[in-house]
This record gives sequence, C-alpha cells and structure tokens, in this order.
Amino acid sequence: MTALTRRWRAAALLAGLVLVLAACGGGSETPTADPGVDPNQPVTLTWWHNATADPGKSYYQSVATAYQQAHPNVTIKVQPLQNEQFSTKIPVALQSDSPPDIFQQWGGGQLADQVQAGKVQDLTEAVKPWIGSVGPAASNWQVDGKQYGVPYTFGIVGFWYNKALFQKAGITTPPATWEDLLSAVQKLKSAGVAAPIAIGSKDKWPDAFYWDYLALRLCSQEVMQQSASDYNFDDPCWTKAGDMVGQLIDAQPFQKGFLATPAQQGAGSSAGLLANGKAAMELQGHWNPGVMESLTPDKKAPDGLGWFPFPSVSGGAGKPDAALGGGDGFSCSFKAPPACADFLKFLLSVDNQKRFGELNIGLPLAAGAEAGVADPNLKSLLDFRSNASFIQTYLDVAYATSVGQALNDAIAQQFAGQLDPPGVVDAVKSAAASR
Amino acid sequence: MTQADTATEPAAGRAPTARPAARPRRRRPGRKHAELALFLGPALVVYSMFVMLPIGLAFYYANYRWSGLGPLTNYVGLDNYRRALQDPVFLGSVRHNAIIIGLSLTLQLPIALGLAVLLNARLRGRRLLRLVVFAPFVLSEVITGVIWLLILQPDGLADRTFQAVGLGGLVQLWLADRSIVLSTMFVVVTWKYIGFAIILFLAGLQGIPRELAEAAEVDGASKLRVFRHITVPLLGPTIRVWAFLSIIGSLQLFDLIWIMTLGGPANASSMMATYMVDRGFRRYQFGYGSAVAVILFLISFGISLAYQRLVLRRDIQGALTRMAG
Repeated sequence: MTALTRRWRAAALLAGLVLVLAACGGGSETPTADPGVDPNQPVTLTWWHNATADPGKSYYQSVATAYQQAHPNVTIKVQPLQNEQFSTKIPVALQSDSPPDIFQQWGGGQLADQVQAGKVQDLTEAVKPWIGSVGPAASNWQVDGKQYGVPYTFGIVGFWYNKALFQKAGITTPPATWEDLLSAVQKLKSAGVAAPIAIGSKDKWPDAFYWDYLALRLCSQEVMQQSASDYNFDDPCWTKAGDMVGQLIDAQPFQKGFLATPAQQGAGSSAGLLANGKAAMELQGHWNPGVMESLTPDKKAPDGLGWFPFPSVSGGAGKPDAALGGGDGFSCSFKAPPACADFLKFLLSVDNQKRFGELNIGLPLAAGAEAGVADPNLKSLLDFRSNASFIQTYLDVAYATSVGQALNDAIAQQFAGQLDPPGVVDAVKSAAASR
Repeated sequence: MTQADTATEPAAGRAPTARPAARPRRRRPGRKHAELALFLGPALVVYSMFVMLPIGLAFYYANYRWSGLGPLTNYVGLDNYRRALQDPVFLGSVRHNAIIIGLSLTLQLPIALGLAVLLNARLRGRRLLRLVVFAPFVLSEVITGVIWLLILQPDGLADRTFQAVGLGGLVQLWLADRSIVLSTMFVVVTWKYIGFAIILFLAGLQGIPRELAEAAEVDGASKLRVFRHITVPLLGPTIRVWAFLSIIGSLQLFDLIWIMTLGGPANASSMMATYMVDRGFRRYQFGYGSAVAVILFLISFGISLAYQRLVLRRDIQGALTRMAG
C-alpha cells in the first residue's frame, strides 16, 4: 500500500466525518419542529401473505418494491406462507412479542377472536379517506363497527350453468326467482338431464351455500349482521331458510349419490360433473371455472358456461341484490407502525388492484379496477357484486369457527335427511352456547 | 438397538450361563447405573417429551374451553367430558369403532386363516399369490383411499363390474347411503389390512412342526380334525397377537375414513379419531378436542391392559415377568 492511497483514505474519512456531522446537525433541528413522529425515520414492515406461487408471489413482491421506492425509509420484509399454515402460525405469532406487521386476514369470526384478544390494530381512522372505494365488502373486516382489516379480493357465490342443457330443456332466461329455479329443475328433469344441479355434499360447505343464501334472502340485513355478534337465532327467518332448503331437496335436483360427492376432486366431483356436461348447474364460488379447467379431458374450461345470481325469494326481509361471498384481506397487528395502514392504502390503489385483476387469481375490489377482468361471466359476477346493497361473508367464516362448522355440519345432516329445519337452528344455538 | 441389547444382556444376569467363565467380570454397582442411564436416558428423554408430555398436556387442556388463541382462562372442569359423553355423534362414533372391531374379529379372522392355510400348501405360483395378497398392505392409506373412491363412485368400476356379471341389482350407493357406508368402509379396511394377518398366520404356520400333523394322520385324523385340533391351537399365540393389533388398529381408524367419507354422510361413518380431529382442528375447540383425545386414550389403554391381562397372559408371561425383574 503506497503512501498516496493512504493519504487519500484519510481524506475520504475526513470528508465522511464532516458529512456525518452535518447530518447530525441537521437531524438535531427537526425534533424541535415535530417532536412526535418523524416521517423519515427508518421503518421495517414484515408482511405475511399466502401467495406462495406465481403469479401472486411476484405481484406482491413488486408492490412491496414499488412502495419502498416511493418511501425510501420503509423496508418491507415479504414472507409468503402456505395458506394452511396461517391457521396455526398466526395465533402463535400474535401471542409473541414480534408478530408480523401485516398478515393475511379472512375477516369474520376469526378476526373477532383476534380483536377480542387485543392483537389487531384499529384502522378505522387511517382508512376513512379511501375505504369507500373498496365497497360494501369491507364491512366483513369490521368488528363492532370498527375497521380491523382491509379486503383486496372478494368473490361472490352464484349459479354456474351449462347453456346448452338449459336450451335443451327450453329454459330461455336464467331463473330469477326461487319458483323459477324449482320449475327449471323440473324442466331439466323432463328433458332427460339426470342431474339438474350438481352439489359436493361430502365437503358440507357447498350445502351451506344454499342455506346461507336463503337466510340472506329471508332475514333482514340487521338480523344477519346481529347474528354474527350476539348469536341470536330466534327470528323465524332462520327456520324458514331451512324449510326452503327442504323444498329444494324434496325436488331431488341433485346427482345420484350426491352425499358422497366431493366438490372439486376428480371428474366425478360436482365441478367435474358440470365441466363435463353431466350436470346443468352448480351453486359455487367465482373460482369454479378455474377448478373445472383441471377436470376436463382437454384441461380447458368448458365452453358455453353462464352465470346467474342466486334467485330472489318473494316475501323475504332480505334484499334480492344482497350477495353471499368471501374474500382475502390484510390486517395490521397491534405492534405495527403507522406505515402499515399507509401500505394497505397503496396496495388497494386502483393501479395495483387493476394489475391484480389481470393475474386472474382473484376479483379486485377497488372501484375502477374491474377493467382488469376480461372473462364475460366474471364480469357479470362483478356487476352483481358492485350493485349489491349488502355483502355477507359465508356464515361459516362470519361466525366463530366452532359455530360456523357446527352450522355446516347441521346443514349437511339436513341434506342427508337426518335433521329438520328447526333442528338445524337448534344445533347452531347449542354450538353458540358452548362456544 | 442390537448394540443396546447385547450390552444390557450381561446386566440382566443371563450372560454367566450363556458364556461361563469366558469373561469373568466383577461389576461395581455404580457402573450398572451409569450403563442404564447411558442407554435408557436418550430414549427416555425423547419418549417423555414427545409421548408422555403431550398426553399430560391433553389431560390439562381438556379442563378448559379454549380456541387456541389467548391464554387458558375459561376453566370448565369436567364439562368437556360430559359434553362428549352426551353427544350422540360421539357415541355413534364409539359404536362405529366397536362395529369395526367386531366385524374384524369375526370376518377377517376366518378369511385370513383360510387364505393362509391355502397359501401354505404346495401349489403353483404360491410366491406370486403371496405377493398379491400382501400388496395392499404396502400401499399408503391415502393411495388406498383415493383408489377406492374412484372404484366406488356412482357408475364407477364396482358398479360396472356388478352390471357386467349380471348382478346390477346389487349395485348400491356405496358411500352415499347411510345404512351401507360403514359396511363399505369395512370392506376397504379388510382389503387393506388382511394381507398383514395372512403374513402373520403364514409365519405362524411355518413354525408348526410337520410331524404333528403327520402323526395325527397316521392315527386316522381327518384333515379337518388336524386343522381344528393341531393347527388352530398351535397358531393360538399368533392369532391372539393379531387380534390385539386388529383391535388397536380399529380403535384408531382414521386415514381411510377421512379421505373417503370425512365421517359422512351425516356422521354415518364417523370414528372416534375423525370426530376428535373434526372438533379439535376444524372447529378450533382445542379443549374439547383434548377431552375427546383423553377418552380415546383411556378406552385404548383400558382395552390394551385388559387384553394383556386376560388373553395374552399366557403368551407373554415369561417375557413380561423377566423384563420386570
């Protein structure tokens, strides 16, 4: 090492020292201006999400990178986790001293449990300026009227149907009322369709879609929302929902041996029956085309599929444009810095949501992001969602897990002819009592 | 394992007779204890941490109502046990387990015994047949479940086969009919596990000296009498051990049921283990699930103890008493 380089080094060191001193001098001035929060203070956000595979994984990474570029003081540590791991990892992490700042949140009863334990940040004030663009689905991430999380995707349950089979049975317009649906079942049967409706009763939750939706049509919005907090099921609308489910079961619209049919596995599943033209319709989530794709011989989603919303029920206290669905969101944990809420705002921006919609892995929520969705059926589903006066999460998610699963079990028993409508309500009541 | 066996053998006091005076060793009592600690210690630590501690914790959690989130605060005493024992679904599960045990002992035993005797005889392709009979046991439960799901689905292989041989009238909704699903599941369980019974019995049969049967035949005993009075009694220890394994396996039946029916339709094929997982992990009732686990544990433990005391006593007498000594 020569003397020259050594001297250069000393000079560089001196220059550096001067810079640091200058920086310190500058820094000492700011606290006098704003002693509270320094917006430029370095912040680290840890983010647990469930997109372990592309395209979701790289999409989230790109959102985090873009946010870091706009806010150089923020570092986001992105941690993708298997979806199933959340149910065990989140409770443990939330009890520890270092929970993730942002984590996957499905809302409903599980969120209520976390809020009750004091583990989730109240975002009401922070999101007030922009939460309106998310639409009514956001209410499913509220507890006692306060916003504890924000959804970024939300799908609606509705009927997927085979247009050719409907035509063959002489059904020109999709059923709009409950009576229409029942008569469509009869028409399909007389036209020789063995399974007018496919259902995956082995998994129980597809049964619950019928019961949930009928309850949503028959019970008022207040009763639906109250039930998730006070677990009062005394309103006669609950039993009525079961009665109408019974009406449908009595019409025998389902495929042979439906009690043992899975919803999504194999060509013999309910989605497979619809995909391969063996059944005329199925009440399912927005994911159904993607599921059907893998169940056809040529691995392509079947042509000639249509979508129509759950029919209206005359005389019900619920509105015909109320929708049942479910979605994914994020919450900020109790220790998260304010940057967490700001990041959620960025994630829910129209541009980011539009990009999300183009990935075809979920339906974006932000107003104006629908342009990213191309499929005509998903578009009609989105139309129904954006015009919905009220959006209810699947009841098994909306209720505490023990109550929600008990409800699904009880409904499955009704489908198997083992429980009458009042029995279903009683089963839910007793599950709620021993919650 | 073998290392530990040979090393503890002298300590058990059998070595002097086996190897007299070859290596006369005087042992200090401290050394024996050190040896015990060295060889038993690690296994004991692992066993306590991963078997005894979880069992203890299950007993502890069973006293609480607990969703898995937050501290254990809601102490309910024995209420979880009371609820389980009053739940018709749980009682139904216990009954289903009992039915599977009963059917296993009464139907699998004669079938397995017959096939074992057959495969023990000198016939062409015996090795191949033995392989075929044993093959299902090697398959994992998950694969077995999926294969049978495909076979049994409506208009699947089972239905088509019945129709092809003119027995279309016998076709049932194998998994969707509540009154049939348990029998269907028993057939699948039998298909899966009978190979194990046959292999056990074959091994037992090979341990029976041929001279006994020959002597009886010389004395004029018929084949049936030889089977009844020589084969079966001498196969007794094997049969009793198989029955024990079969009972314990039936009590813990889970994988096949979970994959094929999830305990349905409407709980018609639920087992104690599927009920426990459903209530514990699907409903997030970890306290209640623990109570069910404790009940399952006590039933299995009680049956095991009773069986060892009453049935296996003769077979394991020497082994147990010597081990204890």
